[in-house]
This record gives sequence, structure tokens and C-alpha cells, in this order.
Amino acid sequence: MEVFVLEPLLPLPPREKRKDGAMAWLRDRIGGEGKERADSAEVDLVTRLRAGDETAFAELIDRYGATMLRVARLHVRDRAVAEEVVQETWLAVLNGIERFEGRSSLKTWLFRILSNRAKTRGEREGRSIPFSAIAATDAAAGGEAAVDADRFQGVDAQQWPYHWSAPPRAWTQERALERETLGVVKEAISELPDTQREVIRLRDVEGWSADEVADALEISDVNQRVLLHRARSRVRAALESYLDPEPELT
Amino acid sequence: MSVELEMITCRELVELVTAYIEDALGPADQARFEHHLAICEPCVAYVEQIRLTIAASGAIGDEQLDPEAREELLAAFSDWKRAA
Repeated sequence: MEVFVLEPLLPLPPREKRKDGAMAWLRDRIGGEGKERADSAEVDLVTRLRAGDETAFAELIDRYGATMLRVARLHVRDRAVAEEVVQETWLAVLNGIERFEGRSSLKTWLFRILSNRAKTRGEREGRSIPFSAIAATDAAAGGEAAVDADRFQGVDAQQWPYHWSAPPRAWTQERALERETLGVVKEAISELPDTQREVIRLRDVEGWSADEVADALEISDVNQRVLLHRARSRVRAALESYLDPEPELT
Repeated sequence: MSVELEMITCRELVELVTAYIEDALGPADQARFEHHLAICEPCVAYVEQIRLTIAASGAIGDEQLDPEAREELLAAFSDWKRAA
């Protein structure tokens, strides 16, 4: 019997070597995400903070301050109130730092305190629907397709039903990361619905892990992933209409 | 011995890509996904586009706290330290 082997277009990884995620081999191949910082740096920050070192505090607010304000504003409408919540959170962190045992990361702990406080303030302010509930509703709502249906053949296509009719084409890394292109990405992200925008900001812009995002936003893993999927799909589509506006029909 | 896998279509693959990257597909779906990628160049291009989309999002730069808010927090830190 004749056996013919299809040459894989990308080297497929040995299965047992993929403990760090299914995509690791692809990331390795083209250079990874990996923006998360090491825990040892956090231990050092905690030690310095306990000693009352102002530069440690400055480092922390530069790292998380803007994100904290944004996350607070998911729960409270008013910017001034959100700023208050952030200040209170920092005070709670400073007052609690002696008791911080490092069972979670400093970041996780910080954002838990923030979310709790912001949520309580939001309820008091009369914001009736909590962010986590909006996220759940958004995720459960039937989403749009990741790619327009007209890019695919129909179900009755002779050879490959639902195969690409206008296939995506490779982008170069250079073009994808050009300043103008990044402007397109920024705009696409800013136009996303609130819940999608926050998830993609934390995950992809700021490099948080899935668990960290689900924890800080108090949403389920599944909803986190659904929102991320829709956000990435939309940003990809925006990038494609900029980089390769007219994919050819095959 | 080989196991017969039901193929996923390109239209399905683009909806599974995030779950794949997040390592959230079950073993059977992961095998189907990878099998499809091994024989479908356009879908490889698609996954690479998603990868570049992630990289581009990571390159737009974090927001920074405005200087005024930053100063206020640093002042609050000094107060806290004095009170401690």
C-alpha cells in the first residue's frame, strides 16, 4: 500500500514537551509574548515597601497605577470617585503589607482589594449592574463570527465546504509592528465593547495571564476566553483591512 | 494504527484559535486543530496573523498615570510613612 505523508507546514511539536501551553511551539518559532515579570522582583518590592522605601512605591504605581484607575472605572462611573478608590486601595495595601504572605502575587492581591472596594463603591453609587454581570451577559450573547462568512465557501462547495474562498495572506512581522500599524491596533481596541476592550488590554497590551484577568475582573475563565477571542478576532480583522485590504478569491 | 479524525473546517478553526492558544481544547479537538494546520496553509497564515495581532497589541505601550495623579499618590505615601 502506498503511504503518502503530508509535509507539515510548521514543525509539529512532540506532544510531551508542551507543558507551557499548546501554542508554545509556535511562540518559540517566532518569538514570544512573555511580558510577565518574575516573582523575585515582587519579593524584593515587598521587602522595600515594608522598609518604607518610596522608590519601591513609585515603581508599583508606575507599574499598576494606570491600570488600577481603569479597572476602578469599570465599577464606578465618576473619575474622581475612581481615583479615591485607588488611593484607598494603596492605603489598604500599605497598611496590610506587613501581613502579606505572598500566597498570591502582590498584583493579584492588589487588584482583589481594588475590585472589592470599587464594587462596593459602585453599588453605593447606584450602578445597578456589576461589571462581572455585564461581562457574563456579553459573553453569553451570540457573538459575531471571527471572520466574515463571505470569506469562506458554502456548505455545498464541491471539494472543501467551508474552506477559505478568500484566504488570509501572510503579513510580515515588520509591517505588523510598524508605528502606523500600531495606531490601527490602538484604534481598533478603543472601539471594542467595554468588556472585550478591558480583557484584551489586560491580556495582550499589558501581558497579564488568563487567571490574573479572570481574578481581577471577577469573571469566569470561559467568559474571559470568549471575550478575548472576540476582541482578538476584531483587532485582527481591523489589521487585515489595513495591511491587506483585498484578499483575492481563489 | 491510525485513528480516523473528523476534519474541522477552516470556518471552525478560526473560532477555535483562541481556545487552542490558551490550551483549553480537549485532546481530540487539539489533535483535529493541529491536523488541520498541518495540511492547510491559509489557516497557518491565519494563526500567524492572530499571533502578530497579539504581538502588535503588546507593542502599543502601557498607559501611564498622569503626572498629577502620580504626585498625589506619592504625597499620600509620605503621609502614610509619617503616620506609621
